[in-house]
Amino acid sequence: MSDVLAITDHRRGELRDVSYEIITAGRDLADETGGDLHLAVISGTVDEFAEKLDREGVDAIHTVDYGEEFNHGVYTQTITQLYDELAPQYVLAPNSVNGLDYAPAVANELDLPIVTDAVGLETDGDTLGVTREMFGGKVETATELEGDAVVTIRSAEWPAAEGTGDATIEAFDVEIDEDALGSTVTGFEEVGGGDVDISEADVLVSVGRGIEEEDNIPIIEELADALDATISSSRPIVDNGWLPKNRQVGQSGKVVTPDVYIAIGISGAVQHVAGMKGSDTIVAINTDPNAPIMDIADYAIHDDLFDVIPALTEEFQ
Amino acid sequence: MMKILVTVKEVATVEDEFEIEGTSIADQYLGSDLNEWDDYAVEEAVQLQEAGLADEVVTVTIGPEDCEQTIRQALAKGADRAIRVWDDALEDVDVLDVGAKTDILGAVVEAEDPDLVLTGVQSGDDSWGATGVALAEDLGFEWAAVVNHLEHDLEDGVASVRRELEGGVEELTDVGLPAVLTIQTGINEPRYASLRGIRQAQRKPLDVQGLDDLGVDAAAVEGAVTLTDMYEPESESDVTVWEGGAEDAAGQLAELLREKGVAP
Ligand SMILES: Cc1cc2nc3c(=O)[nH]c(=O)nc-3n(C[C@H](O)[C@H](O)[C@H](O)COP(=O)(O)OP(=O)(O)OC[C@H]3O[C@@H](n4cnc5c(N)ncnc54)[C@H](O)[C@@H]3O)c2cc1C
Ligand SMILES: Nc1ncnc2c1ncn2[C@@H]1O[C@H](COP(=O)(O)O)[C@@H](O)[C@H]1O
Repeated sequence: MSDVLAITDHRRGELRDVSYEIITAGRDLADETGGDLHLAVISGTVDEFAEKLDREGVDAIHTVDYGEEFNHGVYTQTITQLYDELAPQYVLAPNSVNGLDYAPAVANELDLPIVTDAVGLETDGDTLGVTREMFGGKVETATELEGDAVVTIRSAEWPAAEGTGDATIEAFDVEIDEDALGSTVTGFEEVGGGDVDISEADVLVSVGRGIEEEDNIPIIEELADALDATISSSRPIVDNGWLPKNRQVGQSGKVVTPDVYIAIGISGAVQHVAGMKGSDTIVAINTDPNAPIMDIADYAIHDDLFDVIPALTEEFQ
Repeated sequence: MMKILVTVKEVATVEDEFEIEGTSIADQYLGSDLNEWDDYAVEEAVQLQEAGLADEVVTVTIGPEDCEQTIRQALAKGADRAIRVWDDALEDVDVLDVGAKTDILGAVVEAEDPDLVLTGVQSGDDSWGATGVALAEDLGFEWAAVVNHLEHDLEDGVASVRRELEGGVEELTDVGLPAVLTIQTGINEPRYASLRGIRQAQRKPLDVQGLDDLGVDAAAVEGAVTLTDMYEPESESDVTVWEGGAEDAAGQLAELLREKGVAP
């Protein structure tokens, strides 16, 4: 029997969606060998969180009422102590920015292997099979490992757990070595505000690295003008300073759900797709027929944007 | 004055059309490049040196001789010297997992004794996104993952950083040195190497070390993770591909936009 310990994620007083998804992932994995699913909820208003997390399939919830916000040292110390106490076979964590700030440390401290950004999991009790992507999503791979492991899971891959559960909720008596907490969170800041809110647009003309140079951006602006649409972009365009931060779609930018999303020279990396996959109709213009964006597009043009975009603009002039 | 170590990976890039042979992409469809995230890490280190906060920037790469071209790129951008780790024992390893990288890079950090280690957030090809934090824990260093701003004062041995969380929220964090920071794209503007830089890079020291030199056990690098299959992902959508050249396709898209009532 392989027990699973899954770590939940919250920020500034709210549980994040992946906390409910990790229940499903953890339950499915534990079920393969009839194991138990334990959840840990660390820092913040843990009792309130625990109540919300008590959904169908959770056997036990361990709360740690220590500090308000995320601190990787507190997480690492708590999870290693929980592992010693509960002896689960698998520790699951979200592949979030915070997950990546403690999961590798937990694995190293416990001398366990780590596999990140899993999109599929299975076990026979000895061998863990993990499906994950490589090369920015161009291929998928199956990997295997023996024994105990730490795994981070991709968000929005498993459905959120529902229903009400009857988990035992217990405060875990953790010993935090405060001298070992070498980092301190001093605040938060929202970035990317400004005059335009791309999440309100009906049509987004979204540009990626395929545009090659800043000097080429005007051909996208002309199209947006002709269509009366709004311009958005993938991350490299903003990193390069060619468009302001409030235009960035994706994990670290905005989530958008327009009627039509036109992805121009964008490969469709997972962090980009996280921000636009809810769009009604997705059109991809890309020279690469194997670009991952094609896997979620409704319509595609496998051609050079420098030929397609001027022709499209002309249609509306 | 600080010494900075930057981990630099040469990543594999894949052509648009490719074939899979067994559990890897066939060689003829593969290229190589300096990992995008590491390019930003090198730039950050060089800027710290230019600001007078660091006196030496050293790069370390685990990789075969072929990747010396990539290493020279980092030297051309301003790193002072490079270490490349390779060994016969690594030839046959099919997945260099996070544990193996941590053991090797950890030994290099111990030998070099830097104040600050900069890694990329992730490698663009196998995207573990985990090596920097595992390395920090291994060394007993502090750390911060996904850093998109580093205050260039580092007074009292503290690095003030911003961590880029999801949804446009940034976390402000103080990290005690020595530390490992995993660097996110956009933190700076990586420079292009100048011709002078490229010439100088040829003369900068590039030291090659084996596992024995570092005192790393060959068994430790075999790794716990094995790759058993590789395939093209299944499409989640029923995609309609418009053929017939750019103009025709543009016409079809225009029609769709009019049908949907979203275009004039
Ligand atoms: C923690 C983290 C957070 C991130 N957050 C985000 C985020 O919020 N948003 C985001 O977008 N990314 C984010 N990323 C980055 C992401 O991983 C990718 O690197 C990025 O999305 C790639 O952008 P791109 O598709 O424009 O570029 P590339 O991946 O380089 O793709 C360019 C595409 O253009 C095509 N192309 C080239 N020339 C032409 C042409 N002439 N005509 C047509 N097509 C052409 C190519 O075939 C290719 O598919 C994040 C990464 C990390 C690690
Ligand atoms: N083979 C390698 N040689 C040197 N540094 C590496 C290597 N692999 C990973 N790294 C460093 O670790 C970071 C994260 O990589 P990964 O955890 O593999 O996604 C990269 O951005 C590099 O800075």
